[in-house]
Amino acid sequence: MSEAIGAPVRRQGPPTRGTLRDLSRPGRRAWSLPSLDVPPAAVPEEHARARPPALPEVAERDLVSHFTRLSQLNYGVDTGIYPLGSCTMKYNPKIAESVAALPGFARLHPLQPDHTVQGALEMLWRLERALCEITGMARATLQPPAGACGELTGLLIMGRSHTERGDPRSRVAIPDSSHGTNPASVRLAGYEALHIPTDARGLVDVSALEKLVDERVAGLMLTNPNTLGLFEEEIERVIRIVHDAGGLVYYDGANLNAILGRCRPGDMGFDIVHINTHKTFATPHGGGGPGAGPVGVTEALAPYLPVPVVERDPGTGSFRLDVDRPRSIGRMHGFHGNVGILVRAYAYVFLHGHDGLREVAERAVLNANYLAERIKGVFPLAFPDGRPMHEFVSTAAPLKEATGIRAMDLAKRVIDLGFHPSTVYFPLIVEEALMVEPTETESKDSLDAFADALVQAAGEAHTDPDLLHDAPTSTPVRRLDEAHAARHLKLRWS
Amino acid sequence: MRYAAHTDDDLRAMLEAIGLDSLDDLFAQIPASVRLGRDLDLPAGVSEQEILADLTSLASRNRSTDDLVCFAGAGAYDHYVPAVVWALAGRSEFYTAYTPYQPELSQGVLQALFEYQSMICELTALDVSNASLYDGSTALAEAVSLARSTPERGRVLVSAGVDQRHVETLRTYGRGAGYEPEPFALRDGRGGHPQVGSDVACVIVQHPNVYGNLEPVRDLFGAAHDGGAHAIQVFDPLSLGVLAPPGELGADIAVAEGQPLGNHLSFGGPYLGVIASRLDHVRRLPGRIVGETVDVDGRTGYVLTLQAREQHIRREKATSNICTNQTLMAVAAAIHLAWLGPEGLAELGARCAAKAAYAAERLTEVPEVGLLFPGAPFFKEFALRLPAPAGEVRDALLERGYLAGVPLPDADERSLLVAVTERRTREEIDGLAHELKAVLA
Repeated sequence: MSEAIGAPVRRQGPPTRGTLRDLSRPGRRAWSLPSLDVPPAAVPEEHARARPPALPEVAERDLVSHFTRLSQLNYGVDTGIYPLGSCTMKYNPKIAESVAALPGFARLHPLQPDHTVQGALEMLWRLERALCEITGMARATLQPPAGACGELTGLLIMGRSHTERGDPRSRVAIPDSSHGTNPASVRLAGYEALHIPTDARGLVDVSALEKLVDERVAGLMLTNPNTLGLFEEEIERVIRIVHDAGGLVYYDGANLNAILGRCRPGDMGFDIVHINTHKTFATPHGGGGPGAGPVGVTEALAPYLPVPVVERDPGTGSFRLDVDRPRSIGRMHGFHGNVGILVRAYAYVFLHGHDGLREVAERAVLNANYLAERIKGVFPLAFPDGRPMHEFVSTAAPLKEATGIRAMDLAKRVIDLGFHPSTVYFPLIVEEALMVEPTETESKDSLDAFADALVQAAGEAHTDPDLLHDAPTSTPVRRLDEAHAARHLKLRWS
Repeated sequence: MRYAAHTDDDLRAMLEAIGLDSLDDLFAQIPASVRLGRDLDLPAGVSEQEILADLTSLASRNRSTDDLVCFAGAGAYDHYVPAVVWALAGRSEFYTAYTPYQPELSQGVLQALFEYQSMICELTALDVSNASLYDGSTALAEAVSLARSTPERGRVLVSAGVDQRHVETLRTYGRGAGYEPEPFALRDGRGGHPQVGSDVACVIVQHPNVYGNLEPVRDLFGAAHDGGAHAIQVFDPLSLGVLAPPGELGADIAVAEGQPLGNHLSFGGPYLGVIASRLDHVRRLPGRIVGETVDVDGRTGYVLTLQAREQHIRREKATSNICTNQTLMAVAAAIHLAWLGPEGLAELGARCAAKAAYAAERLTEVPEVGLLFPGAPFFKEFALRLPAPAGEVRDALLERGYLAGVPLPDADERSLLVAVTERRTREEIDGLAHELKAVLA
């Protein structure tokens, strides 16, 4: 096998020349403005800035080559497989970029009156209807700009409904395998987190849940398939336990990709659902954002949705932003959410349609199962009794025991072999975890190449462990000293 | 499926490898009682051309700021976005990457964020910036959370000059955190007297404020500090070429709606929340922070740092729940700021101020039209008093091609907030004055 079988990230062109500040020379400039056609007017002296900020002074040509080079130091989905578990890094269709850039969407002011933005409101309304159909919910808000904000939105809705019933509660249950945003959101919503253990099968420990859930529990937050990639087969019983105690059940949509068109959170009994459009509906993640985190709810909870929501007048067929919702939890975002991202989600949903979305889930689950099968001889599944869905969690613990090589070393060697590695060390309950989510858009060839790289690296752990200890060596920088970064804080040009 | 690359042979080979007969078998563990058992009630998939036609048709039913002359502001502004910004931020190596969990493969976005943080610090004259929050309103909610660090100081005083959408967002976040923002009144459209007792966590001032007026920020923050509270400023990033920066005005924490920094209006998002603070808050600052470090060979590189603040490490003890942020918007902001440089930023601010002053003069020449707060200093935005309901006037001007501003929610609904960016020409301003006169006649 050749050394690099994927698509390595390597520096191109001349070596980088440090930061923009290093490129800066007094008097260079990129900016231009039309000549001033009105009389000048200064701001009052007491409010004036003495010196403009020390921004870099660069020519546009230098600016372009600087950021072009930076982009070349970065690996994206467009570069190759990006199998981060729980992140659903699938291919982002280019047509979605084109439609989001249409001036009729990209150049709308958020406070234009409704009658001048009927097309945008209709787009949002249709997307809300589609997301409700996909998740089995009655109404949805498109306002939360990311999944974590969706979580907080859902928990505040949960709290409001209990308060209105005169039954305020203090705790929210979350599985010990959950994403860190769940407990953080629970606390921000004013609750205490109640941790539910995972059983030997990798599922919610139902008997423990039964013992822990009482009248103090406002609800349970759950992904399904769960963070281990396994479907919670006793989901109806789990939900019944919480409902019987007067709680509500929240669906964290991180793993919705696995079940599109096959089953719906609403039909399982969930009361509140968030969707990560940057995962399931392929809106690009931007190197860390933006995303969008719409939240769907049952009919009973719809009055609590954040303002504004888009309403359609059944008589005239016209659309409006409704802010007059007295039982609403309020506003979660300054305007209407990440509309430019929602346009992309709309494009993705309606391009695929009911048939395409169902195939998305089928291929995503097939790809994960195939890849798990390809590597399980070396990296066994952490919970081998269940069939993985769209992602799986394997463990590098046996390899570590045999060779001392850790999951981190393995990930870094995979980089040298030309791939973005999987998530490592998450979920926290699995030792030396490798959490792998190839997504549906990888071909069999791509999966085979990635599996070959993992197996090759495992072999090298026995024969040439320094290849792994020293990795990566092909990247613009090698392993970085994170402890140094935290001890000697340098968070800006000095 | 449109974007999957499986051939029929691939499907057969893969199913065989995992020992299954059909794709349906992959879903056998889903209990029959919760299976959908029908197609989703959505149209069948369509071609790329059809989705383009559908969305083009929807877009054509909107009147964009390309065909209306835009004087609307109130937190989102029609500034010019240089071509270079999205030519670079739109490179797919940036926009198709995930959060930089593998720094060796993510030096591009990490360095871009480090440069963004550096420029935000220069801009605000504060010590540290994070790598972005969602938007201006949620950034303010995070700033309040940062300021409420001691249990005995929980109250949040908010100037009545802070944008109502920010205050509404605070109220929502406050439901979970256990506070209710308490407004203090303005006098003649600015200032006011916050009563800063020993139970007050922070005093929030927006400058320029919701009416566009410049605030006596030093006095207000002096009162905050005298009472032992933190001073939080909501600022306009493109004002800071000409207006004194938050750090010099006494702000401990400064937040902004970052949209004017290279981001299109996009009907309200995606924008970015800017937050910067003094160094002593750094270990409680929310969200991602990029730090410079070295690799094993001593080369300079960048990593996400101080992660012990964050939800994926600290879980319920994290300082915020934020995970996904607005990184790409921050990259765009960095490119825009570098394109402007110190001189361009100052010149841009001066243009806005000059054009707003000219517009205020021309518009108040229209009979019965005046300033809501005559004599109050302003930067690029001001409030007009009209002799008729502002919503009606705005709608009449739309018919004439002008998005004249944003009606203010005051008691008699006769005030209009008018924003004038560097994009507005003298001809357009004169045109608005002419049409306003015609509409009111």
